[in-house]
Amino acid sequence: MVSRLKLGSPGTEFRLVRGRVLLCAGAMALLVLAIIARVSYLQIALHDHFTTLSRHNRVKIVPIPPIRGRIFSRDGVLLADNRPSFSLEIVPEQVTDMTGTIEKLGQLVSMSQADLARFRDQAGKMRLFESVPLRFNLTEEEVARVSIERHALPGVEVVARLDRFYPLGADVAHSVGYVGMIDDEDLARLDRSDYSGTTHIGKLGAEKAFEDLLHGHVGFQQVEVNAQGRVVRVLDRTAPMPGRNLYLTLDISLQTVAAKALAGRRGAIVALDPQTGSVLALVSSPSYDPNPFVNGISSADYQALLDSPAAPLLNRALQGKYPPGSTIKPFLALAALDFGVRAVPDSTWCPGWFALKGSSHQYRDWKKRGHGHVDLTQAVAQSCDVYFYTLANDLGIDRLYDALDRFGFGHPTGIDIKGESKGLIPSRAWKQEALKEPWYPGETLIMGIGQGYVQVTPAQLALATAIMASRGRAPKPRLLDEARDVLTGDVVLRPVVAVASPTLERSESHWAEAVRAMREVMHGPFGTARRSAQGATYESAGKTGTAQLVGMAQDEAYRAQELAEELRDHALFIAFAPLDAPRIAVAIIVENGGSGSGTAAPIARELFDHYLGVAGPSGAAPG
Amino acid sequence: MRDQSLSERLHMDVPLLLGLTMLCAIGLITLYSAGGQEAAVVLRQFLRMLLAFGLMVLVAQFPPGRLARWSVPLYGIGLLLLVLVLMIGEVGKGAQRWLDLGVFRFQPSELAKLAVPMAVAWLLAQRELPPSLPRVFAAGVLILIPVLLIAKQPDLGTAVIVAVAGFSVLFVGGMSWRLIGAAVLLAAASAPTLWYLMHDYQRRRVHMFLDPEQDPLGSGYHIIQSKIAIGSGGLYGKGWLNGTQSHLDFLPERSTDFIFAVYCEEFGLMGVLLLIAIYALIIARGLYLALYSQEVYGRLLGCGIMLTFFAYMFVNMGMVVGQLPVVGIPLPLISHGGTSLVTLLAGFGMVMSVHSHRRLLSEKVG
Repeated sequence: MVSRLKLGSPGTEFRLVRGRVLLCAGAMALLVLAIIARVSYLQIALHDHFTTLSRHNRVKIVPIPPIRGRIFSRDGVLLADNRPSFSLEIVPEQVTDMTGTIEKLGQLVSMSQADLARFRDQAGKMRLFESVPLRFNLTEEEVARVSIERHALPGVEVVARLDRFYPLGADVAHSVGYVGMIDDEDLARLDRSDYSGTTHIGKLGAEKAFEDLLHGHVGFQQVEVNAQGRVVRVLDRTAPMPGRNLYLTLDISLQTVAAKALAGRRGAIVALDPQTGSVLALVSSPSYDPNPFVNGISSADYQALLDSPAAPLLNRALQGKYPPGSTIKPFLALAALDFGVRAVPDSTWCPGWFALKGSSHQYRDWKKRGHGHVDLTQAVAQSCDVYFYTLANDLGIDRLYDALDRFGFGHPTGIDIKGESKGLIPSRAWKQEALKEPWYPGETLIMGIGQGYVQVTPAQLALATAIMASRGRAPKPRLLDEARDVLTGDVVLRPVVAVASPTLERSESHWAEAVRAMREVMHGPFGTARRSAQGATYESAGKTGTAQLVGMAQDEAYRAQELAEELRDHALFIAFAPLDAPRIAVAIIVENGGSGSGTAAPIARELFDHYLGVAGPSGAAPG
Repeated sequence: MRDQSLSERLHMDVPLLLGLTMLCAIGLITLYSAGGQEAAVVLRQFLRMLLAFGLMVLVAQFPPGRLARWSVPLYGIGLLLLVLVLMIGEVGKGAQRWLDLGVFRFQPSELAKLAVPMAVAWLLAQRELPPSLPRVFAAGVLILIPVLLIAKQPDLGTAVIVAVAGFSVLFVGGMSWRLIGAAVLLAAASAPTLWYLMHDYQRRRVHMFLDPEQDPLGSGYHIIQSKIAIGSGGLYGKGWLNGTQSHLDFLPERSTDFIFAVYCEEFGLMGVLLLIAIYALIIARGLYLALYSQEVYGRLLGCGIMLTFFAYMFVNMGMVVGQLPVVGIPLPLISHGGTSLVTLLAGFGMVMSVHSHRRLLSEKVG
């Protein structure tokens, strides 16, 4: 057996093999050195780089969105709530077959084309491994169905979230507003890091105006994830700071009475506290349910709201521009005293019409027979047009402009929610600018009865009334009463009250005369609103207004029944009560409502009775 | 006859045995971490190791002469099985590699890893070294037939190992430099043909190797994640069981082909140097034992086996650190799995046989 093997000689063969082996050893040493060099390069020179990559691989920062503050009325009624709801969400990175998954989900829960479109739109914008909502507000049955099938649907999650809900719905939609899903426009403006994880943002009303208070600040979780993106453990956590609970100045019982009063009509009511500027009620009718807007209203429903002739989306209280009609008269009466153009007893003869010198055009009084001799008090109480034609003519457009400007007409009221109109007080300069025409004397006359170019918003009227009620000291209207910490309940913010028109300095007697004239409207024997004050246990001051929408020919008579409804006069009324220490000032406009005394003034009575806590004439119990 | 120690009676070489045991221990420790800290996985691997060590001891008992006589029949059987596996073999992971023998499954290509160097060593040992041109040519044919059969399965990694095993014997045996030059030229010239013959996935691997960042979530993922694991390990590593790349599933094939990345991540450069030192010791000792064998067959076979062992290590590490394309070659004695373990330790049994029977032989002859 041994002999069969060729024995290695210590000679050439051994040396040959040894040479080759040594050569191999040398080559191997070089190759091993190359490996070591490579590993050293990776582990030493590039160590930091790869440590970062490794960390980046495993550690993800997951934002924890703060819980949005809730909104209450001053009397503690919940206006905007967070309600738990279940949504169906998908993490696109974890889904291998998106079409199949969506198809399967479609058999489990109902899905609209709008849901799918929104999902596709959002899926493109999300960060990696972020879930994209597909359906909101799953029913319990749908949650159960999806949960059963979840094992077969990787990347699909049923997420419990908090959805904004407005319990009062349409009643406070125009003041509270609503939140909606964050869109491109919001993204461009907000602090993205603070909103990472937040899906909704205030779009309108208080929700939008006080977004910063309501939102809070984002928290973060550092989590370790595995290659599949699943969270393995939480490394670090910074708790979010919840948003503030807001208390609005609204008095919900008053708001409800006001909303009911305008139910089925187009119009607006703004009620202010003349001492504090608090918005006690803000109604724009008709209104709309804000809840569908939260998770995206369907375009058909939205179109229906837009197309509705009653324009429910329009916030008439802040944006509706109306001729003030006769409600402007108390302010002009005050101006007459201030500028020394009239004294209270100075009387004017009212034959039922007025004509400028050298003109045959008759400016008519609403009372065809005329009021006879009227002084300032009676001119306001009976709303004598001729008195104010004459007064306007005597004041002239420049002083008229000045007088109205100081009551805040033509300017935003400065209310703390956005989107109000500033209305219009015409002036010579304005007319030249806007219409390229000079000012005509006739235009001065009709401005004396609140017609013509002049346009005011209900909020402006309410503010002017509050200024009158407070003798010039009324602050700017505000909806926010205070913000409180959610956990401790401490008040963290109470807006500073700023006087709306600090330039209104005039003698107390002038205020008193103007207010006395407005009192006469309610309580005088000839007052236009005397019927609305009958039986009241408190004294009030007011002024009716009827804003004409159609020009009447010289010899034509206005007959409401013959006019199409949308051409009928707007009914206006401004008032405050109680007389000596006013607590509430209101402006009421009922579009095409007919006369201010017949339609608008009774609403004010109802509001006053309710707010001041006395029984109304019908015997209704105070709220 | 003088007193023999236990190791001598078992034909074991103590330094080599020590080196192999250390490697296996490191393997088990790393596997525990890479395999999700499951004791059962480690235990099974430990049992496989015991089995393989048993086979090594068994093989070491056969003197080189008997191994030489078995060379040709073993080569013949190996070839037959390789043909068989292509015809009736089981498909696993997209390749036909396995023969189901009822009791256990068997990869004929593993047999080829030993049978090919044995056959070449036998062929060269028939005549005086260096081998003549026709003999080198015949050896080349002996090598290429199984290599091509294995590449056809397709199993590029094993084909490379078998080729290295065969050609390293031929090289150590003294194949002339001119022929080596010619062979290299021929290989270079046939590269395009080889490219053409490659499977798509093999071509993709080459592409991926050349530019892994091209497709970071697709084909390049292995290499990128592996480099992150190694690089983030640093000088001292993240510590045993603390590798995040592996434990959080970022590293694919982490207990088999890419276990070196796990090792690098957890033990750092220091660990790598230690591991390479152990490999170097084993290779140096093995080559020494083979070289000082007293007969040509054992010397050539031993050298071939040790060079193949090096090739295993180098190709695997080179792949994991991103210096070589990804081919499915495990890190010898560390990677999880039984097949290569058995073949490798059987090879070490031969090396020990070549060494330990020398003394007996010299005593008898002397």
